[in-house]
Amino acid sequence: MQVLQVEGLTKNFGGLRAVDGVDLTVESGEILGLIGPNGAGKTTLFNLISGTIKPSAGKVTFLGENIFGLKPYTICRKGLVRTFQSCKIFPELTVFQNVILGAFFGTSEKKSWEQAALQTREILEFVGLAHLSDVPAANLTLLDQKQVEVARALATQPKLLMLDEMMAGLNPAEVEAAMTLVQKIRDQGITIIMIEHVMKAIMNICGRIVVLDHGKKVAEGSPKEISTNKKVIEIYLGE
Amino acid sequence: MKAENVSKRYLTPVILILLLALLIALPWFTRPYMVVLLKTILMFTILSLSWALFSGTTGYTSLATAAFYGVGLYTAAKLGNVLPVPLMVLCGGLFSFILAAAIGAITLRLKGIYFAIFTLSTVELIKNVMHWYEINVAGVRGHRILHVSDATVFYYLLGITVLLLLVTYLIKRSKYGLALSSIGSCEEAAAHIGVNVITLKVFTFALSSFFVGLAGAIMATSINYIDAYIAFDLNYSFFPTLMAIFGGMGNLFGPVIGAVVFSYLREILITRFPYAYMFIFGLVMVLTILYLPNGLVGLYQTIRLKLKQANNKKEKTLGGKHASTSS
Ligand SMILES: Nc1ncnc2c1ncn2[C@@H]1O[C@H](COP(=O)(O)OP(=O)(O)OP(=O)(O)O)[C@@H](O)[C@H]1O
Ligand SMILES: [Mg+2]
Repeated sequence: MQVLQVEGLTKNFGGLRAVDGVDLTVESGEILGLIGPNGAGKTTLFNLISGTIKPSAGKVTFLGENIFGLKPYTICRKGLVRTFQSCKIFPELTVFQNVILGAFFGTSEKKSWEQAALQTREILEFVGLAHLSDVPAANLTLLDQKQVEVARALATQPKLLMLDEMMAGLNPAEVEAAMTLVQKIRDQGITIIMIEHVMKAIMNICGRIVVLDHGKKVAEGSPKEISTNKKVIEIYLGE
Repeated sequence: MKAENVSKRYLTPVILILLLALLIALPWFTRPYMVVLLKTILMFTILSLSWALFSGTTGYTSLATAAFYGVGLYTAAKLGNVLPVPLMVLCGGLFSFILAAAIGAITLRLKGIYFAIFTLSTVELIKNVMHWYEINVAGVRGHRILHVSDATVFYYLLGITVLLLLVTYLIKRSKYGLALSSIGSCEEAAAHIGVNVITLKVFTFALSSFFVGLAGAIMATSINYIDAYIAFDLNYSFFPTLMAIFGGMGNLFGPVIGAVVFSYLREILITRFPYAYMFIFGLVMVLTILYLPNGLVGLYQTIRLKLKQANNKKEKTLGGKHASTSS
């Protein structure tokens, strides 16, 4: 089953075409990697799909429903949630408050405090942050902050989770931890698209990889196909 | 231990109820001047609380309070002789609510300083349009307003203050209070986890302005004459903002304390130093922003924390001998 279908998605910033007619399909239950050099348009593609900015042209279908140009909160409530490249948590709020916000507002369902709190505790347990529940999010390490952002996204009960450079800035041990978490999330039945520069992570956990360059999709395939793809090698070596 | 917890839990409500009873009884045994002073203090308390409810939580600095206060005043001027007082006051609130919803829908897309400047300009715009209208179209300038006794106005203001405190308290402890903080913290993230940020901002802005309109409508009955320049005086935008910052917004009562101290100071300064009072005011604000980022309430919390730490140290060094003095 297809979770997400993107056709001819385009975004112009003045004269710059940051995303240029991208087609993309995401299958239920997969981890799709999105790679490409700096400025390729990966984050912009996320912004267009999640409603952060309005696309110039194209089509976006999520679970059979047109979500082109909808507001972020609507898209989130339909089950599509994303994280940010520069980790965007609520620093003044505690870890628990960060996550319960997702539980309260991320679905159209009305929840009591007890229900939302229970769900929040379960998610904190799941990502391994239960012991930091009452700590202000600003006081956490980068890895923990990124996990808070993921936990908050999970609290919205998504079908599709889009991670923008979750591994960036982490040390090798932390990257391992993050990789394990991503796989655990997928095993819960949540489909994932991840933008990543850390090749080790991409090659190990993604079933399929899409390569962007100058706003265009230039290659698509299994990790093995991508690592031997001439165009891709050229892009990365040509830099 | 348990008894102590229970007594602590009931301490604040009990103090509040006693305070309220005292205030209710006050007009019977104080000098009339005191009631007039308390009216001003309560009016500024309402304005500061209202400002803190929206601007304090979301971080959108509104300087439009004077517009909503002025709408309240004008409602009384236009409807004071037609409607009974309670209904007239309610209309003042509703008109402010509607105006705030309209301003909010247009301006809450603006961020930071642009929002502040736009709201400030809105006050000036309304003031000048009103002035122009009265002179060129209506042909009258200013209004006389039906007079209501000081004690009655005082009770209205007290009622509005209690209601506003209650509403703020309930919002703060609900999921919407959390959502408002999340907007203040990182609005983009809030929007992406399902918070309908625009609706929440516009509604809260309108709700907070409702109380300003109520206050304006009832305060108008103490003024003999209003025109656009008196009604839409920018001081009603600046003072509540300064008072809320001065008192501190980390606590429900911060803006109340700020408004009480500040308006009392203002009264004293105006009578003693009519020419230097704005200067002294400015100085106090500069010092507050520089040295008390969390206002008076923040200062109190810091001192309490320091005392606690000092006591803990003492306990450690003295082997707990002085434990009984620690609280
Ligand atoms: N809001 C914006 N306004 C104007 N130009 C933008 C905007 N957002 C992105 N761009 C431009 O679009 C291009 C693509 O940027 P984008 O952030 O999508 O790249 P990226 O693939 O995510 O890069 P990185 O790996 O460095 O995160 C860049 O040239 C960037 O400068
Ligand atoms: Mg990027």
